[in-house]
Amino acid sequence: MSRKHAYYRGVRMAPYDLVKEFLVALGVVTLLVVILAAVLSSPDVRPLTLQSIATTDPQSYVQTALNELDGSSGISDYGPPYNNGTGAVQYIGPISIQQLIGVHIPVSTAQDFVLGPLAQVAPTNPSWKVALDRYNAAPARQQTAWTNAYNTALGKATESGPHLSVARCACGPVTTMMKAMLALGQRGAMDGLLLTNRQFYQTDYTRPLLFTADPDNNVVNARATSLHLLGSQWGVMNETGNYPGQAWLWLYSLFYQIPPYTTAWAANTDALAILSITVLSLVLLFLPWIPGLNRLPRYLGVHRLIWRDWYREEKQKAARTAKHNAEVEA
Amino acid sequence: MSMTRRTQEALASNLPYEELLPSEQPAYVHSYVYLFGVATIAGFIVLIATGIILAAFGPQWWHFSAVGHFFNGLHFWAVQAFFFFMVVHLWATFFQGAWRDGRGTTWAVGVITFLVSILTAFTGYLSQQNFDAQWIAVQAKDAMNSVGVGAFFNVLNFGQMYGFHIVILPIAVAILIAIHLTMVRLRGVVKPYPIDGTEVQR
Repeated sequence: MSRKHAYYRGVRMAPYDLVKEFLVALGVVTLLVVILAAVLSSPDVRPLTLQSIATTDPQSYVQTALNELDGSSGISDYGPPYNNGTGAVQYIGPISIQQLIGVHIPVSTAQDFVLGPLAQVAPTNPSWKVALDRYNAAPARQQTAWTNAYNTALGKATESGPHLSVARCACGPVTTMMKAMLALGQRGAMDGLLLTNRQFYQTDYTRPLLFTADPDNNVVNARATSLHLLGSQWGVMNETGNYPGQAWLWLYSLFYQIPPYTTAWAANTDALAILSITVLSLVLLFLPWIPGLNRLPRYLGVHRLIWRDWYREEKQKAARTAKHNAEVEA
Repeated sequence: MSMTRRTQEALASNLPYEELLPSEQPAYVHSYVYLFGVATIAGFIVLIATGIILAAFGPQWWHFSAVGHFFNGLHFWAVQAFFFFMVVHLWATFFQGAWRDGRGTTWAVGVITFLVSILTAFTGYLSQQNFDAQWIAVQAKDAMNSVGVGAFFNVLNFGQMYGFHIVILPIAVAILIAIHLTMVRLRGVVKPYPIDGTEVQR
Protein backbone atom coordinates (compact mmCIF):
# COMPACT_ATOMS: atom_id res chain seq x y z
CA MET A 1 0.00 0.00 0.00
CA SER A 2 1.35 3.40 -0.94
CA ARG A 3 1.99 6.08 1.63
CA LYS A 4 -0.97 8.04 0.30
CA HIS A 5 -3.39 5.12 0.53
CA ALA A 6 -2.25 4.47 4.09
CA TYR A 7 -2.89 8.13 4.87
CA TYR A 8 -6.38 8.00 3.38
CA ARG A 9 -7.38 4.80 5.25
CA GLY A 10 -10.81 5.23 6.80
CA VAL A 11 -11.57 8.33 4.74
CA ARG A 12 -14.56 8.21 2.41
CA MET A 13 -13.41 8.66 -1.19
CA ALA A 14 -15.50 10.30 -3.90
CA PRO A 15 -15.15 10.39 -7.70
CA TYR A 16 -13.15 13.42 -8.85
CA ASP A 17 -12.45 14.33 -12.48
CA LEU A 18 -9.12 16.17 -12.38
CA VAL A 19 -8.80 16.39 -16.17
CA LYS A 20 -12.25 17.93 -16.55
CA GLU A 21 -11.51 20.33 -13.70
CA PHE A 22 -8.28 21.42 -15.39
CA LEU A 23 -9.91 21.91 -18.81
CA VAL A 24 -12.77 23.93 -17.32
CA ALA A 25 -10.29 26.05 -15.35
CA LEU A 26 -8.19 26.63 -18.46
CA GLY A 27 -11.28 27.62 -20.45
CA VAL A 28 -12.59 29.98 -17.78
CA VAL A 29 -9.20 31.64 -17.16
CA THR A 30 -8.59 32.04 -20.90
CA LEU A 31 -12.02 33.60 -21.38
CA LEU A 32 -11.48 35.92 -18.43
CA VAL A 33 -8.10 37.06 -19.77
CA VAL A 34 -9.46 37.58 -23.30
CA ILE A 35 -12.33 39.72 -21.98
CA LEU A 36 -10.00 41.80 -19.78
CA ALA A 37 -7.53 42.31 -22.64
CA ALA A 38 -10.27 43.19 -25.13
CA VAL A 39 -12.06 45.62 -22.81
CA LEU A 40 -9.18 47.15 -20.84
CA SER A 41 -6.16 46.61 -23.16
CA SER A 42 -2.74 47.23 -21.57
CA PRO A 43 -0.61 50.31 -20.86
CA ASP A 44 2.12 51.45 -23.23
CA VAL A 45 3.37 54.96 -22.51
CA ARG A 46 6.33 55.73 -24.72
CA PRO A 47 9.70 55.83 -22.96
CA LEU A 48 11.61 59.06 -22.50
CA THR A 49 14.54 59.59 -24.81
CA LEU A 50 17.47 61.90 -24.28
CA GLN A 51 16.20 63.71 -27.37
CA SER A 52 12.81 64.37 -25.79
CA ILE A 53 14.42 65.51 -22.53
CA ALA A 54 16.89 67.82 -24.32
CA THR A 55 14.02 69.28 -26.33
CA THR A 56 11.42 69.75 -23.61
CA ASP A 57 13.76 70.87 -20.83
CA PRO A 58 17.14 71.88 -22.28
CA GLN A 59 18.29 73.54 -19.04
CA SER A 60 17.78 70.39 -17.02
CA TYR A 61 19.45 68.29 -19.71
CA VAL A 62 22.53 70.57 -19.88
CA GLN A 63 22.69 70.74 -16.07
CA THR A 64 22.84 66.95 -16.00
CA ALA A 65 25.57 66.90 -18.64
CA LEU A 66 27.56 69.52 -16.72
CA ASN A 67 27.24 67.60 -13.46
CA GLU A 68 28.37 64.41 -15.19
CA LEU A 69 31.38 66.33 -16.50
CA ASP A 70 32.43 67.98 -13.23
CA GLY A 71 31.72 64.87 -11.15
CA SER A 72 28.93 66.32 -9.03
CA SER A 73 26.06 64.21 -10.35
CA GLY A 74 24.29 61.50 -8.42
CA ILE A 75 25.91 58.81 -10.54
CA SER A 76 29.43 60.34 -10.41
CA ASP A 77 29.70 59.56 -6.71
CA TYR A 78 27.22 56.66 -6.65
CA GLY A 79 29.56 53.87 -5.58
CA PRO A 80 29.52 50.17 -6.52
CA PRO A 81 28.77 48.61 -8.91
CA TYR A 82 29.50 51.72 -11.05
CA ASN A 83 32.46 53.41 -9.33
CA ASN A 84 34.26 53.82 -6.03
CA GLY A 85 32.14 56.72 -4.80
CA THR A 86 30.12 56.62 -1.59
CA GLY A 87 27.02 58.66 -2.41
CA ALA A 88 24.64 55.70 -2.72
CA VAL A 89 26.48 53.13 -0.62
CA GLN A 90 24.20 51.44 1.90
CA TYR A 91 24.90 49.40 5.02
CA ILE A 92 23.31 46.63 7.00
CA GLY A 93 24.71 47.34 10.43
CA PRO A 94 28.45 47.89 9.95
CA ILE A 95 28.59 45.89 6.70
CA SER A 96 28.15 47.19 3.18
CA ILE A 97 27.60 44.20 0.89
CA GLN A 98 27.55 46.73 -1.95
CA GLN A 99 31.16 47.68 -1.24
CA LEU A 100 32.24 44.10 -0.57
CA ILE A 101 31.01 43.08 -4.03
CA GLY A 102 32.75 46.09 -5.58
CA VAL A 103 32.77 47.72 -9.01
CA HIS A 104 31.54 45.41 -11.78
CA ILE A 105 29.91 47.83 -14.24
CA PRO A 106 32.46 50.66 -14.37
CA VAL A 107 30.99 54.05 -15.20
CA SER A 108 33.07 57.23 -15.33
CA THR A 109 30.45 59.90 -15.85
CA ALA A 110 32.78 62.54 -17.34
CA GLN A 111 34.30 60.10 -19.81
CA ASP A 112 31.26 57.93 -20.58
CA PHE A 113 28.57 60.63 -20.70
CA VAL A 114 30.38 63.72 -22.04
CA LEU A 115 34.03 63.44 -23.12
CA GLY A 116 33.67 60.06 -24.85
CA PRO A 117 30.57 60.94 -26.90
CA LEU A 118 32.05 64.34 -27.82
CA ALA A 119 35.32 62.70 -28.89
CA GLN A 120 33.36 60.45 -31.26
CA VAL A 121 31.64 63.34 -33.05
CA ALA A 122 34.28 66.08 -32.67
CA PRO A 123 36.02 65.22 -35.98
CA THR A 124 32.81 66.27 -37.77
CA ASN A 125 32.86 69.77 -36.25
CA PRO A 126 36.15 71.72 -35.99
CA SER A 127 34.95 74.06 -33.24
CA TRP A 128 33.86 71.13 -31.09
CA LYS A 129 37.25 69.48 -31.63
CA VAL A 130 39.13 72.63 -30.63
CA ALA A 131 37.01 73.00 -27.48
CA LEU A 132 37.40 69.37 -26.51
CA ASP A 133 41.17 69.38 -27.09
CA ARG A 134 41.52 72.56 -25.05
CA TYR A 135 39.49 71.11 -22.17
CA ASN A 136 41.39 67.83 -22.16
CA ALA A 137 44.75 69.63 -22.21
CA ALA A 138 43.89 71.96 -19.32
CA PRO A 139 44.91 71.17 -15.73
CA ALA A 140 42.18 69.90 -13.42
CA ARG A 141 42.00 73.18 -11.49
CA GLN A 142 41.34 75.10 -14.71
CA GLN A 143 38.69 72.59 -15.77
CA THR A 144 36.95 73.03 -12.41
CA ALA A 145 37.07 76.83 -12.73
CA TRP A 146 35.41 76.61 -16.16
CA THR A 147 32.69 74.20 -15.06
CA ASN A 148 31.99 76.24 -11.90
CA ALA A 149 31.63 79.40 -13.97
CA TYR A 150 29.33 77.63 -16.40
CA ASN A 151 27.30 76.22 -13.52
CA THR A 152 26.71 79.75 -12.22
CA ALA A 153 25.75 81.01 -15.67
CA LEU A 154 23.46 78.05 -16.29
CA GLY A 155 21.63 78.78 -13.05
CA LYS A 156 20.61 82.15 -14.52
CA ALA A 157 19.88 80.82 -17.98
CA THR A 158 16.50 81.16 -19.64
CA GLU A 159 14.82 78.61 -21.84
CA SER A 160 12.14 79.00 -24.41
CA GLY A 161 10.96 75.73 -25.81
CA PRO A 162 14.03 73.91 -27.05
CA HIS A 163 16.15 77.09 -26.97
CA LEU A 164 18.51 77.72 -24.06
CA SER A 165 20.13 81.11 -23.49
CA VAL A 166 23.18 81.05 -21.24
CA ALA A 167 24.86 84.39 -20.54
CA ARG A 168 28.47 84.84 -21.64
CA CYS A 169 30.88 83.69 -18.98
CA ALA A 170 34.55 82.91 -18.41
CA CYS A 171 33.82 79.27 -19.07
CA GLY A 172 36.51 78.52 -21.60
CA PRO A 173 35.66 75.61 -23.89
CA VAL A 174 32.85 74.35 -21.63
CA THR A 175 30.35 76.69 -23.30
CA THR A 176 31.02 75.14 -26.70
CA MET A 177 31.07 71.64 -25.24
CA MET A 178 27.68 72.10 -23.59
CA LYS A 179 26.27 73.60 -26.78
CA ALA A 180 27.53 70.52 -28.57
CA MET A 181 25.96 68.25 -25.97
CA LEU A 182 22.63 70.04 -26.35
CA ALA A 183 22.78 69.88 -30.13
CA LEU A 184 23.59 66.18 -30.04
CA GLY A 185 20.82 65.58 -27.52
CA GLN A 186 18.16 67.46 -29.46
CA ARG A 187 19.05 65.71 -32.72
CA GLY A 188 18.81 62.28 -31.10
CA ALA A 189 22.49 61.46 -31.42
CA MET A 190 23.13 61.14 -27.69
CA ASP A 191 20.66 58.27 -27.39
CA GLY A 192 22.87 56.30 -29.76
CA LEU A 193 26.22 57.57 -28.49
CA LEU A 194 25.53 56.45 -24.91
CA LEU A 195 24.35 53.06 -26.10
CA THR A 196 27.40 52.40 -28.22
CA ASN A 197 29.92 49.86 -27.10
CA ARG A 198 32.39 47.68 -28.95
CA GLN A 199 29.66 45.46 -30.32
CA PHE A 200 27.48 46.02 -33.37
CA TYR A 201 24.31 44.79 -31.65
CA GLN A 202 23.13 46.66 -28.56
CA THR A 203 20.97 45.42 -25.69
CA ASP A 204 22.54 47.08 -22.65
CA TYR A 205 20.88 50.38 -21.71
CA THR A 206 22.84 50.94 -18.49
CA ARG A 207 24.50 54.20 -19.57
CA PRO A 208 21.51 55.86 -21.29
CA LEU A 209 19.29 54.95 -18.34
CA LEU A 210 21.79 56.22 -15.77
CA PHE A 211 22.06 59.52 -17.66
CA THR A 212 18.31 59.75 -18.24
CA ALA A 213 17.44 59.10 -14.63
CA ASP A 214 20.18 61.06 -12.93
CA PRO A 215 18.66 62.73 -9.87
CA ASP A 216 19.51 66.10 -11.40
CA ASN A 217 17.21 65.39 -14.27
CA ASN A 218 13.82 66.81 -13.39
CA VAL A 219 12.05 65.64 -16.53
CA VAL A 220 11.99 61.98 -15.59
CA ASN A 221 10.72 62.69 -12.08
CA ALA A 222 8.17 65.15 -13.40
CA ARG A 223 6.89 62.60 -15.92
CA ALA A 224 6.74 59.88 -13.26
CA THR A 225 4.91 62.22 -10.88
CA SER A 226 2.33 63.13 -13.49
CA LEU A 227 1.78 59.43 -14.16
CA HIS A 228 1.48 58.67 -10.41
CA LEU A 229 4.52 56.42 -10.38
CA LEU A 230 6.52 57.79 -7.45
CA GLY A 231 7.15 55.59 -4.45
CA SER A 232 4.89 57.80 -2.34
CA GLN A 233 2.22 57.23 -4.97
CA TRP A 234 2.70 53.45 -4.72
CA GLY A 235 4.40 53.42 -8.08
CA VAL A 236 5.57 49.83 -7.90
CA MET A 237 1.99 48.66 -7.55
CA ASN A 238 0.59 50.92 -10.25
CA GLU A 239 1.39 51.14 -13.89
CA THR A 240 0.72 54.12 -16.08
CA GLY A 241 -2.92 54.84 -16.85
CA ASN A 242 -4.45 53.38 -13.66
CA TYR A 243 -3.51 49.84 -14.60
CA PRO A 244 -2.58 47.42 -11.85
CA GLY A 245 1.13 46.88 -11.48
CA GLN A 246 3.05 44.48 -9.30
CA ALA A 247 0.47 44.42 -6.50
CA TRP A 248 2.19 41.35 -5.04
CA LEU A 249 5.04 43.64 -3.99
CA TRP A 250 2.76 45.59 -1.62
CA LEU A 251 4.57 44.48 1.52
CA TYR A 252 7.99 45.35 0.11
CA SER A 253 6.65 48.73 -1.08
CA LEU A 254 5.17 49.38 2.34
CA PHE A 255 8.61 49.46 3.94
CA TYR A 256 9.44 52.57 1.92
CA GLN A 257 6.49 54.43 3.46
CA ILE A 258 6.81 53.71 7.18
CA PRO A 259 9.22 54.45 10.03
CA PRO A 260 11.92 53.51 10.85
CA TYR A 261 12.65 52.92 7.14
CA THR A 262 11.76 56.55 6.39
CA THR A 263 13.38 58.01 9.50
CA ALA A 264 16.25 56.39 11.42
CA TRP A 265 17.01 53.93 8.63
CA ALA A 266 16.49 56.39 5.77
CA ALA A 267 20.14 56.31 4.67
CA ASN A 268 19.95 52.54 4.18
CA THR A 269 16.28 52.10 3.28
CA ASP A 270 16.87 49.89 0.24
CA ALA A 271 19.25 47.47 1.95
CA LEU A 272 17.10 47.19 5.07
CA ALA A 273 13.89 46.78 3.07
CA ILE A 274 15.52 43.96 1.12
CA LEU A 275 16.79 42.42 4.36
CA SER A 276 13.33 42.67 5.94
CA ILE A 277 11.52 41.08 3.00
CA THR A 278 14.18 38.33 2.87
CA VAL A 279 13.64 37.51 6.55
CA LEU A 280 9.85 37.47 6.10
CA SER A 281 10.19 35.26 3.00
CA LEU A 282 12.33 32.82 5.00
CA VAL A 283 9.67 32.76 7.74
CA LEU A 284 7.04 31.93 5.11
CA LEU A 285 9.32 29.28 3.59
CA PHE A 286 10.06 27.54 6.90
CA LEU A 287 6.61 28.09 8.42
CA PRO A 288 5.91 24.32 8.72
CA TRP A 289 8.88 23.94 11.05
CA ILE A 290 8.49 27.07 13.21
CA PRO A 291 6.92 26.06 16.55
CA GLY A 292 3.82 28.09 17.36
CA LEU A 293 3.46 29.65 13.93
CA ASN A 294 2.90 26.23 12.35
CA ARG A 295 -0.15 25.76 14.61
CA LEU A 296 -1.55 29.22 13.97
CA PRO A 297 -4.13 28.24 11.28
CA ARG A 298 -5.92 25.91 13.67
CA TYR A 299 -6.53 28.78 16.08
CA LEU A 300 -7.55 31.21 13.36
CA GLY A 301 -10.43 28.89 12.55
CA VAL A 302 -10.86 29.62 8.85
CA HIS A 303 -10.53 25.88 8.20
CA ARG A 304 -13.95 25.39 9.80
CA LEU A 305 -15.42 27.37 6.95
CA ILE A 306 -13.40 25.58 4.27
CA TRP A 307 -14.31 22.11 5.53
CA ARG A 308 -17.76 22.95 6.95
CA ASP A 309 -19.50 20.22 4.88
CA TRP A 310 -17.02 17.61 6.04
CA TYR A 311 -17.35 18.59 9.69
CA ARG A 312 -21.17 18.55 9.45
CA GLU A 313 -21.03 15.11 7.88
CA GLU A 314 -18.63 13.84 10.55
CA LYS A 315 -20.86 15.22 13.31
CA GLN A 316 -23.92 13.51 11.84
CA LYS A 317 -21.96 10.27 11.48
CA ALA A 318 -20.84 10.51 15.11
CA ALA A 319 -24.43 11.16 16.23
CA ARG A 320 -25.70 8.15 14.27
CA THR A 321 -23.02 5.95 15.77
CA ALA A 322 -23.80 7.16 19.28
CA LYS A 323 -27.53 6.54 18.70
CA HIS A 324 -26.82 3.08 17.30
CA ASN A 325 -24.59 2.21 20.26
CA ALA A 326 -27.27 3.41 22.67
CA GLU A 327 -29.88 1.26 20.95
CA VAL A 328 -27.59 -1.78 21.06
CA GLU A 329 -26.92 -1.27 24.76
CA ALA A 330 -30.66 -0.85 25.44
CA MET B 1 20.57 -4.45 -14.23
CA SER B 2 20.91 -1.66 -16.78
CA MET B 3 20.49 1.99 -15.81
CA THR B 4 17.45 2.20 -18.05
CA ARG B 5 15.83 -0.75 -16.35
CA ARG B 6 16.59 0.63 -12.91
CA THR B 7 15.15 4.04 -13.94
CA GLN B 8 12.04 2.27 -15.26
CA GLU B 9 11.52 0.44 -12.01
CA ALA B 10 12.19 3.52 -9.89
CA LEU B 11 9.63 5.52 -11.88
CA ALA B 12 7.09 2.68 -11.76
CA SER B 13 7.36 2.35 -7.99
CA ASN B 14 7.67 6.05 -7.11
CA LEU B 15 5.56 7.72 -9.79
CA PRO B 16 2.75 5.33 -10.74
CA TYR B 17 0.40 7.08 -13.14
CA GLU B 18 -2.70 6.18 -11.12
CA GLU B 19 -1.16 8.16 -8.23
CA LEU B 20 -0.30 11.11 -10.44
CA LEU B 21 -3.75 11.25 -12.00
CA PRO B 22 -6.19 9.73 -9.53
CA SER B 23 -9.88 9.42 -10.43
CA GLU B 24 -11.10 9.94 -6.89
CA GLN B 25 -10.33 12.22 -3.99
CA PRO B 26 -11.18 12.21 -0.28
CA ALA B 27 -14.71 13.48 0.36
CA TYR B 28 -13.33 16.48 2.28
CA VAL B 29 -11.88 17.86 -0.97
CA HIS B 30 -15.14 19.70 -1.44
CA SER B 31 -14.68 23.45 -1.42
CA TYR B 32 -14.15 26.20 -3.96
CA VAL B 33 -10.77 27.02 -2.40
CA TYR B 34 -9.37 23.81 -3.91
CA LEU B 35 -9.91 25.29 -7.37
CA PHE B 36 -7.36 28.08 -6.99
CA GLY B 37 -4.38 25.74 -7.39
CA VAL B 38 -5.58 24.48 -10.77
CA ALA B 39 -6.62 28.04 -11.72
CA THR B 40 -3.02 29.13 -11.04
CA ILE B 41 -1.75 26.43 -13.40
CA ALA B 42 -4.29 27.52 -16.01
CA GLY B 43 -3.07 31.10 -15.66
CA PHE B 44 0.52 29.93 -16.08
CA ILE B 45 -0.36 28.07 -19.29
CA VAL B 46 -2.03 31.19 -20.72
CA LEU B 47 1.07 33.16 -19.73
CA ILE B 48 3.39 30.73 -21.48
CA ALA B 49 1.22 30.57 -24.62
CA THR B 50 0.93 34.36 -24.97
CA GLY B 51 4.59 34.77 -23.99
CA ILE B 52 5.69 32.42 -26.76
CA ILE B 53 3.78 34.48 -29.32
CA LEU B 54 5.20 37.77 -28.00
CA ALA B 55 8.73 36.31 -27.98
CA ALA B 56 8.33 34.89 -31.48
CA PHE B 57 7.56 38.32 -32.93
CA GLY B 58 10.21 40.14 -30.89
CA PRO B 59 10.13 42.58 -27.98
CA GLN B 60 9.18 45.61 -30.12
CA TRP B 61 6.31 44.03 -32.08
CA TRP B 62 3.53 44.89 -29.66
CA HIS B 63 4.41 48.60 -29.67
CA PHE B 64 3.44 49.12 -33.32
CA SER B 65 1.05 46.27 -34.09
CA ALA B 66 -2.60 46.23 -32.94
CA VAL B 67 -2.51 42.43 -32.88
CA GLY B 68 0.72 42.55 -30.92
CA HIS B 69 -0.79 45.01 -28.45
CA PHE B 70 -3.74 42.66 -27.95
CA PHE B 71 -1.41 39.76 -27.21
CA ASN B 72 0.48 41.97 -24.78
CA GLY B 73 -2.87 42.68 -23.14
CA LEU B 74 -3.51 38.94 -22.84
CA HIS B 75 -0.07 38.44 -21.31
CA PHE B 76 -0.55 41.44 -18.99
CA TRP B 77 -3.93 40.28 -17.64
CA ALA B 78 -2.80 36.66 -17.48
CA VAL B 79 -0.05 37.63 -15.04
CA GLN B 80 -2.57 39.51 -12.91
CA ALA B 81 -4.87 36.46 -12.93
CA PHE B 82 -1.95 34.10 -12.24
CA PHE B 83 -0.89 36.03 -9.16
CA PHE B 84 -4.44 36.51 -7.92
CA PHE B 85 -5.11 32.76 -8.06
CA MET B 86 -1.69 31.92 -6.63
CA VAL B 87 -2.07 34.26 -3.65
CA VAL B 88 -5.58 32.93 -2.87
CA HIS B 89 -4.17 29.39 -3.14
CA LEU B 90 -1.36 30.37 -0.77
CA TRP B 91 -3.80 31.79 1.79
CA ALA B 92 -6.14 28.82 1.44
CA THR B 93 -3.36 26.30 2.05
CA PHE B 94 -2.13 28.41 4.95
CA PHE B 95 -5.54 28.36 6.63
CA GLN B 96 -5.72 24.60 6.05
CA GLY B 97 -2.29 24.11 7.64
CA ALA B 98 -1.54 22.16 4.48
CA TRP B 99 2.03 21.41 5.59
CA ARG B 100 0.82 18.94 8.22
CA ASP B 101 1.44 15.20 8.13
CA GLY B 102 4.78 15.36 6.30
CA ARG B 103 3.90 17.97 3.68
CA GLY B 104 6.41 20.64 4.76
CA THR B 105 8.53 20.36 1.64
CA THR B 106 5.42 20.62 -0.56
CA TRP B 107 4.65 23.95 1.14
CA ALA B 108 8.31 25.07 0.82
CA VAL B 109 8.40 24.30 -2.92
CA GLY B 110 5.15 26.26 -3.31
CA VAL B 111 6.64 29.28 -1.52
CA ILE B 112 9.78 29.10 -3.69
CA THR B 113 7.54 28.96 -6.77
CA PHE B 114 5.77 32.11 -5.53
CA LEU B 115 9.07 33.95 -4.97
CA VAL B 116 10.54 32.91 -8.34
CA SER B 117 7.26 33.94 -10.00
CA ILE B 118 7.64 37.41 -8.47
CA LEU B 119 11.12 37.66 -9.99
CA THR B 120 9.77 36.44 -13.34
CA ALA B 121 7.05 39.10 -13.35
CA PHE B 122 9.56 41.74 -12.29
CA THR B 123 11.82 40.98 -15.26
CA GLY B 124 8.71 41.08 -17.46
CA TYR B 125 7.88 44.59 -16.31
CA LEU B 126 11.50 45.53 -17.06
CA SER B 127 11.22 44.06 -20.56
CA GLN B 128 8.22 46.12 -21.68
CA GLN B 129 10.35 48.78 -23.39
CA ASN B 130 8.03 51.61 -22.35
CA PHE B 131 8.09 54.30 -19.66
CA ASP B 132 6.96 51.82 -17.00
CA ALA B 133 9.97 49.64 -17.74
CA GLN B 134 12.26 52.66 -17.74
CA TRP B 135 10.93 53.94 -14.42
CA ILE B 136 10.93 50.55 -12.69
CA ALA B 137 14.50 49.91 -13.88
CA VAL B 138 15.95 53.16 -12.58
CA GLN B 139 14.07 52.84 -9.28
CA ALA B 140 14.90 49.17 -8.75
CA LYS B 141 18.61 49.55 -9.48
CA ASP B 142 19.19 51.19 -6.08
CA ALA B 143 17.61 48.30 -4.19
CA MET B 144 19.55 45.73 -6.22
CA ASN B 145 22.81 47.66 -5.85
CA SER B 146 22.33 48.21 -2.11
CA VAL B 147 22.84 44.49 -1.43
CA GLY B 148 25.37 43.86 -4.20
CA VAL B 149 22.97 42.00 -6.49
CA GLY B 150 23.02 44.74 -9.13
CA ALA B 151 26.60 43.86 -10.05
CA PHE B 152 25.40 40.56 -11.53
CA PHE B 153 21.67 41.12 -12.09
CA ASN B 154 21.69 44.47 -13.88
CA VAL B 155 18.12 45.75 -14.18
CA LEU B 156 19.32 48.42 -16.64
CA ASN B 157 20.57 45.77 -19.05
CA PHE B 158 17.57 44.97 -21.25
CA GLY B 159 19.22 41.97 -22.91
CA GLN B 160 19.96 40.30 -19.58
CA MET B 161 16.49 40.98 -18.14
CA TYR B 162 14.76 39.79 -21.32
CA GLY B 163 16.78 36.56 -21.27
CA PHE B 164 15.85 35.97 -17.65
CA HIS B 165 12.20 36.71 -18.41
CA ILE B 166 11.63 34.56 -21.47
CA VAL B 167 13.94 31.61 -20.79
CA ILE B 168 15.59 31.13 -17.41
CA LEU B 169 12.83 32.08 -14.99
CA PRO B 170 9.80 30.59 -16.83
CA ILE B 171 11.65 27.26 -17.06
CA ALA B 172 12.40 27.49 -13.34
CA VAL B 173 8.73 28.23 -12.53
CA ALA B 174 7.55 25.38 -14.77
CA ILE B 175 9.92 22.91 -13.08
CA LEU B 176 8.91 24.11 -9.62
CA ILE B 177 5.20 23.81 -10.45
CA ALA B 178 5.82 20.27 -11.76
CA ILE B 179 7.66 19.29 -8.56
CA HIS B 180 4.97 20.89 -6.38
CA LEU B 181 2.17 19.16 -8.28
CA THR B 182 3.91 15.79 -8.16
CA MET B 183 4.38 16.13 -4.40
CA VAL B 184 0.70 16.98 -3.94
CA ARG B 185 -0.38 13.99 -6.02
CA LEU B 186 1.96 11.51 -4.34
CA ARG B 187 1.28 12.65 -0.77
CA GLY B 188 -2.41 13.38 -1.24
CA VAL B 189 -4.47 16.26 0.09
CA VAL B 190 -4.03 17.01 3.78
CA LYS B 191 -6.83 15.92 6.09
CA PRO B 192 -9.01 18.48 7.88
CA TYR B 193 -7.98 19.43 11.39
CA PRO B 194 -9.46 16.88 13.80
CA ILE B 195 -12.87 17.64 15.22
CA ASP B 196 -12.48 19.11 18.67
CA GLY B 197 -16.05 20.16 19.19
CA THR B 198 -15.66 23.61 17.70
CA GLU B 199 -15.15 22.87 14.03
CA VAL B 200 -18.84 22.12 13.46
CA GLN B 201 -20.26 25.29 14.97
CA ARG B 202 -20.60 27.09 11.61
